[in-house]
Amino acid sequence: MNLSISLTVNGVRRDVELSDPRVTLLDLLRERLDLTGTKKGCDRGQCGACTVLVDGRRINSCLALAASHDGADILTIEGVGRGDQLHPVQAAFIAHDGLQCGFCTPGQIMSAIGLIEEAQAGDDPERIREGMSGNLCRCAAYAGITEAVLDAQQTLATANQRRSA
Amino acid sequence: MKNFEYLRPATVPEAIAAAAAPGAAYLASGTNLLDLMKGGIARPDRLVDVTRLPGLDRIEHLADGGIRIGALVRNADLAHDPEFAKSYPAIAEALLSGASAQLRNAATVGGNLLQRTRCGYFYDPASACNKRQPGMGCDARHGENRLHAVLGWSEACIATHPSDFCVPLVALDATVEIEGRGGWREIPLEALHCLPGDTPERETVLEPGDLVVALRLPAGARAFSAHARYLKVRERTSYAFAVVSAAACLKIEAGRIREARLALGGVAAKPWRAHQAEAILTGASADPAAFRRAAEAALVGATPSGDNLFKIELARRIVVRTLSLAAAGTPARIAALPASPFASVSGVLHDA
Repeated sequence: MNLSISLTVNGVRRDVELSDPRVTLLDLLRERLDLTGTKKGCDRGQCGACTVLVDGRRINSCLALAASHDGADILTIEGVGRGDQLHPVQAAFIAHDGLQCGFCTPGQIMSAIGLIEEAQAGDDPERIREGMSGNLCRCAAYAGITEAVLDAQQTLATANQRRSA
Repeated sequence: MKNFEYLRPATVPEAIAAAAAPGAAYLASGTNLLDLMKGGIARPDRLVDVTRLPGLDRIEHLADGGIRIGALVRNADLAHDPEFAKSYPAIAEALLSGASAQLRNAATVGGNLLQRTRCGYFYDPASACNKRQPGMGCDARHGENRLHAVLGWSEACIATHPSDFCVPLVALDATVEIEGRGGWREIPLEALHCLPGDTPERETVLEPGDLVVALRLPAGARAFSAHARYLKVRERTSYAFAVVSAAACLKIEAGRIREARLALGGVAAKPWRAHQAEAILTGASADPAAFRRAAEAALVGATPSGDNLFKIELARRIVVRTLSLAAAGTPARIAALPASPFASVSGVLHDA
């Protein structure tokens, strides 16, 4: 059975023929669209390495069936920067050493972008940590990650104020 | 993962017809089902994707003071709905204490009700499990069972229901709207899940094709909003299922409890409403002695199913703590760590 689905990935429309309904959104991104920035960690919704934004919300792409996301708007780590210009969250992760090996980092960054968008945590480090608890980092760069999210949130808020002024 | 036929019906009647066939399963977000399918624990022949069914994603505040929550409303959207969180703070707190932000963004209300147990032996196809394969035996019974049931279990199955959301819901008399081959019906949430007995494979009263379309809370449920809490003991700070949890909702007038609602999570194959404890609390003074009497009543009949005797005393203490926090008043804002018993609140008994 062939299923045709159409997605917008990082602003570009992609039409994909699925030969098998079992394909997850994660495998579609990595294996069919060659967007390997999104990582496969546990593949069971426990580690957060596969986090992407779907219609603006962060989810685990490993537990999302691609066929069920026909028509969705997907943002992955490949789509957050502009050329050489890093997204403020990416820049903050570098500035605050929010990583060591880097494997979980794309998921951490997508989750942080989602968290800032949700606007529930404010500038409370405890709420940031709780809001990022779906992203595991086996190098335990958590202290830097929390600082990076707080800093990036501040940068984005300032940029927004400047834009609306 | 076994291959399956994927269908995406456009209407509820089409979905019911497609899902009534043997081997068919409904797919909403899939945060539990896909995980089970990857492990070979769930092996549906057909998935009926209900995510595009119209009208199931609304939160409706009803004229009679009740609320109707469509089965496809996402956990995060419900918890962050300002009117909902203000009216049913214990439910919002329970939702936010479950899973991770990513999962709450995807997981639906209907799926939360129907999630499967997290028993490790159920999840391991190499282990014996009567729930997965009736008659096979239960490796949990004499295995690693610290976290298993202490109420309502049987020799056939000692698994628990993992939902946080269901605990305050069952305390507040939530009902479930079901569409099926026989038409529409509404049942109390308390009657949705089955205790294992000799048939642990039968987890709910749903029949083939039955689709949960909405949840309802009656008009009276919001009257507890000033004294409503959910507490959950986890083995790590966050992003973990409950070892034991409790929801307590009180109406207090001049220091006396006019009405009480109490339920426990993580202790049985269903969210466990403590009716006897509620009767003891009604009319009592809102003090630790009454809370301890209620806790005793809530755990009447509890027996360890393995290395989990500690859960019975832990459950009593969590009941006392939850009642004590509920009596102190619902906080203006949910704590940074929702439902954590380790958040300190001044003026409240912390060593119960």
